Amino acid sequence: MKFGLLVNEGPFTHQASDSAYQFAKAAIEKGHSVPRVFFYFDGVNNSNALSEPQSDDRNLVKLWGALATDHDIDLVVCVAAALRRGIKDEILAAGFRISGLGQLIELGMAMDRTLTFGD
Amino acid sequence: MAEVEFDTEGVKKRFAYINRKAPYGSIYALEILEMIMISAAFEQHAIIAFVDDGVYQLKKGQNAKVLGMKNFSPTYGILQMEKEDADEDEDIDMEWRIVVEEESMTARGLTADDLVIDVEVLPSVELADLLDAQEVVLSA
Repeated sequence: MKFGLLVNEGPFTHQASDSAYQFAKAAIEKGHSVPRVFFYFDGVNNSNALSEPQSDDRNLVKLWGALATDHDIDLVVCVAAALRRGIKDEILAAGFRISGLGQLIELGMAMDRTLTFGD
Repeated sequence: MAEVEFDTEGVKKRFAYINRKAPYGSIYALEILEMIMISAAFEQHAIIAFVDDGVYQLKKGQNAKVLGMKNFSPTYGILQMEKEDADEDEDIDMEWRIVVEEESMTARGLTADDLVIDVEVLPSVELADLLDAQEVVLSA
């Protein structure tokens, strides 16, 4: 099955991004695919390359990037939400790209299931 | 980066947008509204539901100036226009319903007359059935 994910929160004050990441990993391990993850609201903060968690903590920015590289996942960050929060190409982590909300609607149209991970 | 393009030609799905948050104090209401506005361009069916503090998004007489914020409630009028255009224009294959959960509304001392647009008021059990019948549920 093809899953599309929407991540609505940043990496530290909500569980949403961790849950979405674990879901994506588990789904892929079970033979499903996750062609695209869309980051909206504070979820755009998952793409900030300047994020430096303490060394004994997981780094979701890097984990998402690595998962995307290993499994061809299109990580899309909403441009309008990103600009508000200072996320621009200059600080965009590897594996992510910035685009418009139309990419989320297309995800909903094309995937077998769309899951929202939010507050 | 693994940019993919989806073939969405001719795809028609039933979307639902669940607005759950108060209009100011956080940006959820404004940003989900931007999401809904974009979706109109794709001519997808949609249930636009307002529940919990989300019903405050539709309250008449909002004054956000004192908060230094923009009163974006007139944008809901554009949503209503999109819905009416879709209802009236036979060339637009898009069905929208704008729904307020009755329990959330009455718990906040509001009636449909207090809201900036015309809505369907549905009890939570009926709204639950309606949402169950949608294919893509997005909420904030």
